[in-house]
Amino acid sequence: MSRHLLTLIVLLPLLGFLLNGLLGNRLGKRFVSAVGCGLPILAFAVAVKCFLDLRAGGTPLIDTVYTWADIGGSGFEVAFYFDALSAVMALIVTGVGSLIHVYSIGYMKEDSSYARYFAYLNLFLFFMLSLVLGRSLLVLFVGWEGVGLASYLLIGFWFEDPEKARAGKKAFITNRIGDAGFLLGMFLLYQALGTLDADRINAAFMAPVPPAVSASLLGILLFIGACGKSAQIPLHVWLPDAMAGPTPVSALIHAATMVTAGVYMVSRLSGIYMHAPEASAVVATIGAATAFFAATIAIAQNDIKKVLAYSTISQLGFMFVAAGVGAYGVAIFHLYTHAFFKACLFLGAGSVIHALGGEQDLRRMGGLARKIPVTFATFAVATAAIAGIPPLAGFFSKDEILWYAFASSTGGSPLLFGVAAATALLTAFYMFRLLWLTFFGASRMSKEVEHHVHESPLSMTGVLVVLAALSAVGGFLALPQFLGSLLPLPEVVPALEHYETTLVVTSIVIAFAGLAAAAFVYGDSGERAERLRGSLSGLYRVLSGKYFIDEAYDRLIGRPLYWISERVFFRLGDQKIIDGTLHGLAALGRRTAGGFSRVQTGSLHLYALLVLIGIIASLAWSFRHG
Amino acid sequence: MDKIQFLVAISVALFALGLLGVIVRRNVLIMLMCMELMLNGVNLSLVAFAQQAASAAGAVLVFMVFVVATAEVAIAIPIVLLLVRRKDALDLDAYADLKG
Repeated sequence: MSRHLLTLIVLLPLLGFLLNGLLGNRLGKRFVSAVGCGLPILAFAVAVKCFLDLRAGGTPLIDTVYTWADIGGSGFEVAFYFDALSAVMALIVTGVGSLIHVYSIGYMKEDSSYARYFAYLNLFLFFMLSLVLGRSLLVLFVGWEGVGLASYLLIGFWFEDPEKARAGKKAFITNRIGDAGFLLGMFLLYQALGTLDADRINAAFMAPVPPAVSASLLGILLFIGACGKSAQIPLHVWLPDAMAGPTPVSALIHAATMVTAGVYMVSRLSGIYMHAPEASAVVATIGAATAFFAATIAIAQNDIKKVLAYSTISQLGFMFVAAGVGAYGVAIFHLYTHAFFKACLFLGAGSVIHALGGEQDLRRMGGLARKIPVTFATFAVATAAIAGIPPLAGFFSKDEILWYAFASSTGGSPLLFGVAAATALLTAFYMFRLLWLTFFGASRMSKEVEHHVHESPLSMTGVLVVLAALSAVGGFLALPQFLGSLLPLPEVVPALEHYETTLVVTSIVIAFAGLAAAAFVYGDSGERAERLRGSLSGLYRVLSGKYFIDEAYDRLIGRPLYWISERVFFRLGDQKIIDGTLHGLAALGRRTAGGFSRVQTGSLHLYALLVLIGIIASLAWSFRHG
Repeated sequence: MDKIQFLVAISVALFALGLLGVIVRRNVLIMLMCMELMLNGVNLSLVAFAQQAASAAGAVLVFMVFVVATAEVAIAIPIVLLLVRRKDALDLDAYADLKG
């Protein structure tokens, strides 16, 4: 039994999906909640047990379920692999996942598709766990596609609204583009190494004679997949729209777990990236660009969830910066702290939306601090954590990223640090702006909404408190050191070593500068913000329009594709060539038959004459060829 | 011109007369008679060739043709009777509307 504990972790949520999906509607909400939350909590417990086994044993746990295909010397096995990295990921996924499941009981209470919601959520956990625990990239890819499916189903959960259904499709299609790159990378790996097991791939690249394949090409192809899943430029457009789903979904899938799969994959295959300085440079550059660019957009958004969505994109960029300079452990560290504070922020936003009866616009909030104090307190802690105020979790992970962006001997540079530091400043600014506009100042709500404002039930606030506590103290866990044997930290340029204290001070100053700037601009009743917007109206329009990327994609890719499909493939290809051929054949048959039917006059004499002619003709022919 | 050639010439003439009659005459009964004429033309040639080859097979085939011709007339005459009852005409052109 204990040999198959890993399989048990993966299968428990699948059982939840089946029970809730098949029986949920008949057995009532109590049953759905018990199954939907109970099984993920059980999976978390099993993951903790495996983690303890791992610490006791020291060697990775491997659980081979069955051999999928046996091809000559190599083959594909469905096997689960549990080392320090997948342990951290599995604990985050099941732990934060379970909390969000519990939160959902309160949040989705009134929804008519309660069972369907929990079934999808459990399905997501199943796929996410196979992604995290899969030993072979093939199992990882099945999970990768599966979480995409679950994400699609949950974004379009309220599919009666065509806008939301469209957001689901957008996420799905954008991810397919990235998956194409990921698949190509996998093909290349299999061709070169004959295996897709992540540990064997890393071992092959660590061997004295590295495999005869371009690590940079592999790295870039795989990173394209990571770009799609983790919403990096240029495939980031789906994540803000994915906020159409229920808020706990945004917290679980589009902040804490699924979107970090790209970071996990890059860290999992760190062996490749360590030998691919060019690919690592691409990862770091895209990460830094995305982080900065998304942070600037977040400043000018008015939808509470959109701000958080762009913030997620930006933080994912930070993780890729860390991975790009070789500090994979730090990337996972930030992933781990981010899971806590971003889940807390999203769930807090969900609580605000719940309190206001569905209102998401910051311009119609304000002054909520005293009305929903628990939500406010937890939201404030998480905001401070993401902004990097010490000693909260975000401070530690972000500080380490800044440090390695500056001083890593594999790709660190002052420019990278500059961009990351500017992003950190922007992060502190837009997060405190969000806090101010939501909870402080005068109320901008309508009388009716204000009258109904209420604190959320215990199942929601309890989860918020737990997550806020984790955001506060999570940073004290020295995760990069724990992962050190698996994902060694990069060397620091010796000449820069003595800057470490300076940099810590800088990042603290940056966090408080962002706080101060936000307090200054939004602290009064909005006049300063109004004036600022007036004096920078051009910039504001670009930022609130999200740099018009969606519009550009529509012009440059969407419309030409539509035009080609409509004109070339549909009107010319389908209607003219294919339909035309068939219609032409039919007309030919009809016309020929029309000609022959003239012969059928009904006059027997004519028939006899024709028979005569026929006989004479055939006789003549047979004489000639006789 | 020996006897066989003469008989074959007569059979060709009979056949041609019959065919011509089927094609040009309008009267149904006459057309039927002309068809009999064609059959008999063929019969004559069969008998002549059987004589020349000294084989009984041709003569046997002649009896076969007789049987078929009798059967044909036995069906054709009632059909003609029915047609005439309907339209009171023997001219075949009156029945051109029977085409499919």
